[in-house]
Amino acid sequence: MKTTDTASTGVETPGSPAGPGPAVTKIEAPAARRTAKAEGATLNVFSHGVLIIWAIMVVMPLLWAVMTSFKTDKAIFTSPWSLPDGLHFENWSRAWTEAHMSDYFLNTLLVVGGSLVGTLLFGSMAAYVLARFEFPGNRFIYFLFIGGMSFPIILALVPLFYVMQNMALLNTLHGLILVYIAYSLPFTVFFLTAFFRTLPTSVAEAAFVDGASHTRTFFQVMLPMAKPGLISVGIFNFLGQWNQYLLPTVLNTEPEKKVLSQGLVQLAVSQGYKGDWSGLFAGLVMAMLPVLAAYIIFQRQVVAGLTAGAVK
Amino acid sequence: MQHGKYRFIVGFLAAPLALYALFVIWPFIQSIYYSFTDWTGLSPDFTMVGFDNYSRMLDDEIFWKSVQHSLTFAVVLPLVTVGLALFFAFMLNVGGRRRGGAAIAGVRGSSFYKIVYFFPQVLSIAIVALLFQFAYNPNSGAINSVLKAVGLGSIQPDWLGDPDLALICVMAVLVWSTVGFFVVLFSAGMASIPRDFYEAALLDGANRFTTFFKITLPLLWDTVQSGWIYMGILALGAESFAVVQIMTVGPNGGGPDFSTIVLPLYVYQKAFRDGQAAYATTIGVALLIVTLAFAAIVMKVGRRERLEF
Repeated sequence: MKTTDTASTGVETPGSPAGPGPAVTKIEAPAARRTAKAEGATLNVFSHGVLIIWAIMVVMPLLWAVMTSFKTDKAIFTSPWSLPDGLHFENWSRAWTEAHMSDYFLNTLLVVGGSLVGTLLFGSMAAYVLARFEFPGNRFIYFLFIGGMSFPIILALVPLFYVMQNMALLNTLHGLILVYIAYSLPFTVFFLTAFFRTLPTSVAEAAFVDGASHTRTFFQVMLPMAKPGLISVGIFNFLGQWNQYLLPTVLNTEPEKKVLSQGLVQLAVSQGYKGDWSGLFAGLVMAMLPVLAAYIIFQRQVVAGLTAGAVK
Repeated sequence: MQHGKYRFIVGFLAAPLALYALFVIWPFIQSIYYSFTDWTGLSPDFTMVGFDNYSRMLDDEIFWKSVQHSLTFAVVLPLVTVGLALFFAFMLNVGGRRRGGAAIAGVRGSSFYKIVYFFPQVLSIAIVALLFQFAYNPNSGAINSVLKAVGLGSIQPDWLGDPDLALICVMAVLVWSTVGFFVVLFSAGMASIPRDFYEAALLDGANRFTTFFKITLPLLWDTVQSGWIYMGILALGAESFAVVQIMTVGPNGGGPDFSTIVLPLYVYQKAFRDGQAAYATTIGVALLIVTLAFAAIVMKVGRRERLEF
């Protein structure tokens, strides 16, 4: 999809020393190297300095939240940065049961599980057909899907609320699953179409010659071959759907149906009246830890999944 | 490959397309239609009112405030985030001590930094917003107590409660949560730039800054430009809604004296709080226009000759 304005090999900006350019005389070279070396050392100190500062800025708020979740309410207000006087695990159990974190977790698991499977299935079906078959309207349908990526979702949410209401899907988990799938399709179709195009055609043709139907070829030959792409886009969608806030805030407002992120926000509002800040922090940390742990374990795949097609 | 081809195509496209049309395309079309009506959302009755909503919008002071804030987000956030991320990525990949005769080297432990920087990216923006709401708390928050601890006890800003600071506080949170993503993205791009380009530049006596502006940036331009658009769309859309809605409450929502209200939040308030669904869709259409204009401008301004290597 990227266009090349000039069909050239290695066009460089004027004055750029890159490329095979003018030969460097041997007299200049050692001097240049020496200064570069000295510069490298100072730069090394400087770069470590700024990099460490940002690392601290990223980690401190998270550590602060973990620390706070083990404190008493009184300690939270009097000394925000001191270590907790003991590990108050009762904050965590209060958050899990009384503050309904267990319900929010279960709802999120159900919704994300259902919509992730649906997104991958529907996304790969549509992408496969769009990538591999020529038929009238192919381009139109493709761009219809892709267009959804840059449109502000909030604009569609106002009528969508009433569409859902009329279909009795408002405030239901299965309704939320359908909406998650629909709004995940643009990126999924975009990513997987590009992926299916890169797969060799010969294997599918061989299966077809052997008498497999199109459907069977897709499920038994193409999907296994597309596994790396499915994993990348699956991770991308998992995080997006697990962390989703806007859609459930509008379409799923019943207290006992809430998912994690909106449940926590509601918790923050209601704890403001009850004054149970330690319980709220326990809830926050509880919601953060599984995702962070999963990220650290599957670090390579997560980074690949999130950056692979996010900016294309 | 012709056997049963069309039946297969229809069979595979029907379900995804139906779902997408019903929940995404149809509401979009409807919302543009509704912006010309007086629909409240509360009752099914409405009449066509032409451009009434649009002329009302142009006279709406809060609408203009939202436009101003959303535009600030779309300009400042990509600038700061992409700028910081480029700086960090350059430090990670080129800022290291030279080892074993290599022209350039990344800093030691660069993979550790990348792992840590990416943390906020996997967290829900709602959780991040909640966390910082507490950190910004003027009395017991983490930030003001750090200021006290380092002897700046006299400076105790009201942060989110201060109309002059609230918007900056909100933007800082979005920067905090997205920089890591771009650092990783740009690092990957920088790693694919051939080493001999740097070798040649250093031999010619170029320092690191020249190297960055003459080699790294031009070769990374495509990634930077798409990152810019990606960040801008985030800043105009759902992410800005979440941070502003969660962090700045105020009596009307959108911060003290509407100091942080953004377009998506204003749409939400009009539709689901004030029962003015038609007017909400009108503001939504304005948001759509702003988003498309933003993407078009970035692509136009950022258009350069593509460098191949």
